[in-house]
Amino acid sequence: MKSRILGIRIFIIITIFVLSVRLFSIQMVDTSYQEIANRNVIQRAIEYPYRGLVFDRNGKLLLYNDPIFDLEITPKNVDLSDSLLIKKLLFITQKEFDQTYLKAKSFSRHLPSIFYKQLSNEKFAALQDRMIDLEGFNINSRTTRGYAETGLANILGYVGEVTRKQLDVDTTGYYKSGDNIGITGIEKTYERAIRGLRGIKYHNVDAQGINMGSFENGAYDTLSQPGLNLVLTIDGALQKYAERLMDGKTGSLVAIDPSSGEILALVSAPSYDPSLFSGRAFSQNFATIQRDSLKPLFNRPLQAMYPPGSMFKTIQALIALEQNQVRADEIITVNGQLIGDHAPPGRYDMERAITKSSNNYFFKVFRRVIQQGEDPSPFIDSRIGYSKWRDYVLQFGFGKMLDIDLPNEKAGFVPSLESYDKIYGKDGWKFSNIYSLSIGQGELLVTPLQMANLGVILANRGHYFTPHLVRKVGAENLDFSQKKSTEIDTEHFESVLNGMQALVSVPGSRAYIPDLVFCGKTSTVENPQGLDHSGFMGFAPREDPKIAIAVYVENVGWGARAALSTASLVIEKYLYGSVKKKWLENYVLKGDFQDAKPE
Amino acid sequence: MRSQNRYQIDTLSVVYFLSLVVLGWINIYAADYDLDRTASFFDLNQSATKQLIWIGASFLLIAVIFILDYRFYDSFGYVIWGVSIFFLLAVLFFGKEVAGSTSWFEIGFIKIQPSEFAKIATAIGLAKYLSSQNVGGSDMRKLGISALLFLIPMGLIIMQGDLGSAMVFCSLILVLFREGLSGKLLFFSLYAGILFLLTLLIDQWILLFMVFALFLICLGLFIKNGKALIFILVFAILSCGLIKSVDFVLNQVLKEHQRLRVISLINPNADPLGIGWNVMQSKIAIGSGGFMGKGFLKGTQTKFDFVPAQTTDFIFCTIGEEQGWLGTTLIMTLFGAFFLRLLTIAERQKSRFIRIYGYSVVSIIFFHFAINIAMTIGLFPVIGIPLPFFSYGGSSLWTFTMLLFILLRLDSQRMEQLEH
Repeated sequence: MKSRILGIRIFIIITIFVLSVRLFSIQMVDTSYQEIANRNVIQRAIEYPYRGLVFDRNGKLLLYNDPIFDLEITPKNVDLSDSLLIKKLLFITQKEFDQTYLKAKSFSRHLPSIFYKQLSNEKFAALQDRMIDLEGFNINSRTTRGYAETGLANILGYVGEVTRKQLDVDTTGYYKSGDNIGITGIEKTYERAIRGLRGIKYHNVDAQGINMGSFENGAYDTLSQPGLNLVLTIDGALQKYAERLMDGKTGSLVAIDPSSGEILALVSAPSYDPSLFSGRAFSQNFATIQRDSLKPLFNRPLQAMYPPGSMFKTIQALIALEQNQVRADEIITVNGQLIGDHAPPGRYDMERAITKSSNNYFFKVFRRVIQQGEDPSPFIDSRIGYSKWRDYVLQFGFGKMLDIDLPNEKAGFVPSLESYDKIYGKDGWKFSNIYSLSIGQGELLVTPLQMANLGVILANRGHYFTPHLVRKVGAENLDFSQKKSTEIDTEHFESVLNGMQALVSVPGSRAYIPDLVFCGKTSTVENPQGLDHSGFMGFAPREDPKIAIAVYVENVGWGARAALSTASLVIEKYLYGSVKKKWLENYVLKGDFQDAKPE
Repeated sequence: MRSQNRYQIDTLSVVYFLSLVVLGWINIYAADYDLDRTASFFDLNQSATKQLIWIGASFLLIAVIFILDYRFYDSFGYVIWGVSIFFLLAVLFFGKEVAGSTSWFEIGFIKIQPSEFAKIATAIGLAKYLSSQNVGGSDMRKLGISALLFLIPMGLIIMQGDLGSAMVFCSLILVLFREGLSGKLLFFSLYAGILFLLTLLIDQWILLFMVFALFLICLGLFIKNGKALIFILVFAILSCGLIKSVDFVLNQVLKEHQRLRVISLINPNADPLGIGWNVMQSKIAIGSGGFMGKGFLKGTQTKFDFVPAQTTDFIFCTIGEEQGWLGTTLIMTLFGAFFLRLLTIAERQKSRFIRIYGYSVVSIIFFHFAINIAMTIGLFPVIGIPLPFFSYGGSSLWTFTMLLFILLRLDSQRMEQLEH
């Protein structure tokens, strides 16, 4: 056994010895590895891919890549006695030439550094033809985002350098500091598809860092892949027109194709020129825009939350009809004393109540919906009624995000039982505490996008599709065809739509569009901070609808004017390609809605 | 009351352990050091930062090992072995497949690799069995059962697709050898291993001819001894069978990536974009270190991501390139002294259980060490096994730490053993 104990020790020592001999031979004896390593100093150059292009629904280019050209100099290779040509082409003096040359030389004699940044097109063209004579100079290109339009800022978004924080949460490990990344808009949502894939090229470099050609003939290089192109659902011409109408105002406009959920126009006002965020002046411009008191960076259609106001009466009507708490042809007499009202006292059926926007009618209807007599206690009864009512409201896409393909969408607010319990104590509230909901006031908050989506539901008589901005990524058509249905029976829509049609069918009125049967409802959203907000929601035409729209204009007073006029113009523009009511167009463009008397 | 010298941990081993772990960590830091990225030291995406946490956790394990009664391992030897087999079976059904191997359990963010635990459990199980046998008795029976004790986990790990970890169990033959069981077994395994490698390096027919020549020579030498003749005949037939089976193993048994690794050992240019390339780059990195090395964080070859697993299986490249021959020799010497020390500890035990366990620990750690370094310098096919205490990763560090400190814990009580 002794020999075996010794044997094991010897075995271990011999193995280590063999390994050591091998190490000695490759590290100390065989110098070829050191030579290989010296040749093998490899530099990695990153090739940035082109980001995908973005087109509107009609194939019009909206977002592209702008090439920028810099002239680089490698001091060692420059013939100083022959600097006339370069000075002539760039229009620089000998002194300027010397300064830049010396600066480049102090950085490195062997490596290129920038000699002239962002060549203008003329200079680039002039230089390009003469590059062959300009030894020691080369042109290096990079790109920034180029915008075909001055609008669409809140849709397209912008790109910027990836932040430390984003690097930390990036689990894919794709990004490196210095990379660009989509910060907002579809640049962010579709970043993965639009960014492309970075390529890497390996070069052999010698001890001085001079490029000795591609490594192993490029066997390990990866080519950069350009990003996928996007086709938006946006109608560029309509968007531009809507932006023009909203110019100088504060508010939102959302237009959706009801048959697909495709967003035709999405305006946030005020906005900014997205090209300000592209290129070298980014941080300067960003700071200016961020300081703007009207918050152009705030994407109002998705983020601004308002009470829905009278537009909400359409939902109140549908829920009450569905629950059999009222019949469409039932006459309800109101004397105007239950709640403040613009509508005259008198006899109302559903259609007239919608057209005239009778607050007292909907007060009574909502009371029936909330107090259905399920329980002798008015508190419990209200609780049961409210809970059912709320379920219906959620089906209309309120109180939750619609999952549009843009970042930072807000959900709005439909109070839960618990939130009322918190205000009034458990079972401490009943109809009399929440009656303002009947006319779309109170605690309710909705976004303009959700309002436009309500237009879609009314247009489709009960269903909507996830609203979206992108229809095609690369060659792939995105599928948003899944219907989201409400439980409201189709037949209940007719009386509500009759009322909405009557509202916009008065010949000669601002809303009226000759030969077009369409539906709409206005809101005057009470604003405790100042003048009321003006709101409009509707769709057109009534049969086979092509466009649903919601408009909010802040601080302009009564509903019929600002929002309704704007919406009517956008509808006409979309359906007919041009607008005949120039007087209305001028009125909206002027934007002084206080001037005119209400209709 | 225990007297001081009755409860004494082997200081020298602990010093070796600490040196290896610290040197390992420094090299992980260097291997992961990225010139492009200026991550904070406290950034948990950094391998070195995470390794520091694993090292901290391994000290907790050491504490647990020293709190547990030293008789635990002996008393529950079979239970520990059985539990590890249970987990090896379970992982086949419920494990998560990563890169072709189903060897991980994933419970939330915690990942457990039962094959690592099996290394410890098998060492304990084997020690338990061999120490409970009488010195006499049937050798074949003892050999058979001992072999089963490590062939079962080995087989299960092969089924998981982790050939590298499975091969580690072969090292336990060394333990059987020490216990007087398997002189022939060890000889045959070495012979088969060498023959296998030769088959890859030399043309089959030449090798067959060489075996035939050797057969004739032996025949001539032992012409009078009938028993030896039969033995030689069987041996020759087995050798031919082995040589012929290499092709079959290469093409049928091994997975594509394993086959490429074996082939590229013989011909690094066979797969220049894959494994062969890795070995080439690994050799260039180590070889270019020269005498003094290029200096800490100054390695040019390891800074590019050509050699994968730079912080794990190929950590030795960083040592070779940045610390040169001086560095690699220091590491080799350190490991050598460490193994000899552990053998001394094993031999000074009165308890057979501790002695056998001690040999198992040396065998397992030594196998990892030798194979890992051999593969980085192109002497062995690339099988993914870590360099003990150096390679990045919690699982492997903890396994080696536990193997070692269970031994040191048992050793610390060796005076008490006398009283039993």
